Amino acid sequence: MADHSGHDHSKDKARCRALLGQLSLYVDGEAEKALCDEIERHIAECEDCRIVVDTLARTIKLYRDHGHVRLPGDARRRLYTALDISDYLDED
Amino acid sequence: MTDDYVLSEDDIDLDALRAGDRAAFAQVVDLYADRLYNVALKLLGDPMEAEDAVQEAFISAYKAIDSFEGRSSLGTWLYRIAYNAALMRLRKKRPDTVSIDKPVRLDDGDTLPRQFYDWCCLPERDFMTEEALVHMEEAIGMLSDTLRPVFVLRDIEGLSTAETGDVLDISSAAVKSRLHRARLFLREHLSEYFSGWAREREKEED
Repeated sequence: MADHSGHDHSKDKARCRALLGQLSLYVDGEAEKALCDEIERHIAECEDCRIVVDTLARTIKLYRDHGHVRLPGDARRRLYTALDISDYLDED
Repeated sequence: MTDDYVLSEDDIDLDALRAGDRAAFAQVVDLYADRLYNVALKLLGDPMEAEDAVQEAFISAYKAIDSFEGRSSLGTWLYRIAYNAALMRLRKKRPDTVSIDKPVRLDDGDTLPRQFYDWCCLPERDFMTEEALVHMEEAIGMLSDTLRPVFVLRDIEGLSTAETGDVLDISSAAVKSRLHRARLFLREHLSEYFSGWAREREKEED
């Protein structure tokens, strides 16, 4: 598989696969220095893996920023009533 | 987002809570209702079911508050109760398909990336539409029941690896490998969506 940079991906595919399992450690900043260096060397050469790393990080960020769904107001009122604490319901 | 919450767990008076103080309990509900609802909703995919699960969870918590020993944080304890309430409902709803303890392997083919559209640096104001949000929710719904709670607790609720393991009663190693698979799966789906979105936009511009 040749990637966007024209780099022959198939030669390094074993490398890509080997590093794939470590990418979460890397984007979480939990990778050891040696692994970090190795991933950075690899993604400088391998555009596909660079994209995977960057879009993986962005995926996590999008869910962190937008993944919360809050309890709707009417459901909140029903909850406070069921728990007998509706006098503490702060409706703003 | 955690920043939206005004109260923090430190504000809760645990002694008052254990003594059955309603004001202290109301503070706990204020602090955790949204978070527990989010977890239940993501797990169940149904707002009414999620609402019921949250109600059950707080009722169980109120009844069991004596048994909260403070070994884990109050939040972790509540997440665990809510997760279990949601899981019971999920099992009732889909008795044949839910096997939460199914082992997860990291190295099989379904985690290999196939989408290489580079959307990492698109400005959010361009693509963050209602449709994109719906797509994000749907992608979470497509995660397996084993991976979904890990991703929700760790990456959306912001719990640590250890806390997530405590809530789900799995090891930290299992949290890490499941989280990674979930993230790769979601990246794949979002990449597919955003590459389609970009193609549409190019067509419109032509």
